[in-house]
Amino acid sequence: MRNLFNFIARHYFFFLFIFLQVVSFALIIQNHFYQRSAFINSANYLTGNIFETRSNIELYFNLRTINEELAGNNAKLLESIPGSYLKTDQQIFTFNDTLYQKQFSYINARVINNSVRNRNNYITLNKGRRHGIKPDMGIITPQGVIGIVKEVSANFSAALSLLHSDMQVSAKIQKNDHLGTILWEGYHHENATMLYIPPHVALEKGDTIVTSGFSHIFPEGVFIGTIADYEIRRGDNFFTIEVELAADFNQLNYVSVVTNLYQNELIELETAASQQ
Amino acid sequence: MDLNIFKHTGRFLILIAIQVVILNHIYFGGYITPHIYPLFILLLPFDVKGWVLLVVAFFSGLAVDMFSDSMGMHAAASVFMAFMRPTVIRLISIKTDFDQGEEPRIENKGLGWILLYTFILVFLHHMALFIIEVFRLDELPQVLLRTLLSTGFSLVIIIVAQLLMGKQSKSRI
Repeated sequence: MRNLFNFIARHYFFFLFIFLQVVSFALIIQNHFYQRSAFINSANYLTGNIFETRSNIELYFNLRTINEELAGNNAKLLESIPGSYLKTDQQIFTFNDTLYQKQFSYINARVINNSVRNRNNYITLNKGRRHGIKPDMGIITPQGVIGIVKEVSANFSAALSLLHSDMQVSAKIQKNDHLGTILWEGYHHENATMLYIPPHVALEKGDTIVTSGFSHIFPEGVFIGTIADYEIRRGDNFFTIEVELAADFNQLNYVSVVTNLYQNELIELETAASQQ
Repeated sequence: MDLNIFKHTGRFLILIAIQVVILNHIYFGGYITPHIYPLFILLLPFDVKGWVLLVVAFFSGLAVDMFSDSMGMHAAASVFMAFMRPTVIRLISIKTDFDQGEEPRIENKGLGWILLYTFILVFLHHMALFIIEVFRLDELPQVLLRTLLSTGFSLVIIIVAQLLMGKQSKSRI
């Protein structure tokens, strides 16, 4: 026994190295499955506040771009209100608002930390549980899909960016409703990949890709991007589509966090159906 | 000794701050991610105790992890780099007895030695970091390319930072 202790004492450098590596990998694996300790992540109080200060300073330098973006969004919204339409036919039609039930609600938030160049990128938002944000809510901008909230603290939330190896978004080609999956294979924050579109579908460069709404996280029809290129990889029986993302992930400022008010009901129903 | 602890703590805080506030947010196109905080581990004195080296490296990595949502990755890479440091020093040095408290600085060891020392250790650090980040072997060629490019950038930044830091004051040795 004493020899064993002596041996460990003599090679303590090596054993300490192994011990610290085990600790690190334990952290990595824990992180990988998203049971991240509430204490050490960017939704943490200290780091969250540092990011917020940094982002406040940075924001001043982006005010011009943000204003232009907001003005653009305003114009788009103005275009869509009924007052902007001229009624050309004289048929009588009625709107009954009670027929429509609100399914999605939106919370405005600001990105206070973001990365684009890692294989797995995360986003931190300046709103948290106190503002009504919960895990599994979607994050969008008028330009497109941004990510999904994973961890929430009282004042901040941490989200997986679309630029993350574990992100998959159910998407469709707008013109013919063919269903596929959007994921990110790394390399560049301007492009993503869309898989599982069968080869008989007629594609064209520039076709619009939007969310399908099947995941219950994002509403149907949220813009994702346009087709930049497509091919059938050797051995595959579906298209691999290169998608040019509409959102500039390197320039995220204000985003909307979207809640599906019927998410739980839909998921319960579908699990019940699949268990039979 | 007390002064040295303050000096190293100050250095630690400044380098981590530069890393997480500035370098983590600069986009150099594609896959280049420069890192300056390994300089802290590189600059620890030659006669630093083994356990101090490893523990300090672990916490410097962890500090960066806290700000990068990469729990444990930087810690693992830094500990690996610290573990390799004594071996690398032994391999590339002719003379292996050092003055008490002597740091691996340009004025002590010469630019050539420092370049080689920094390159090898930073390469090992980046390699470990990017392999852990990708966690698959089929992306190995991209990882190697990324490691080489990032190592080049980090090397330049680290050498410039060393030049800006000035000389190690002899009174504290």
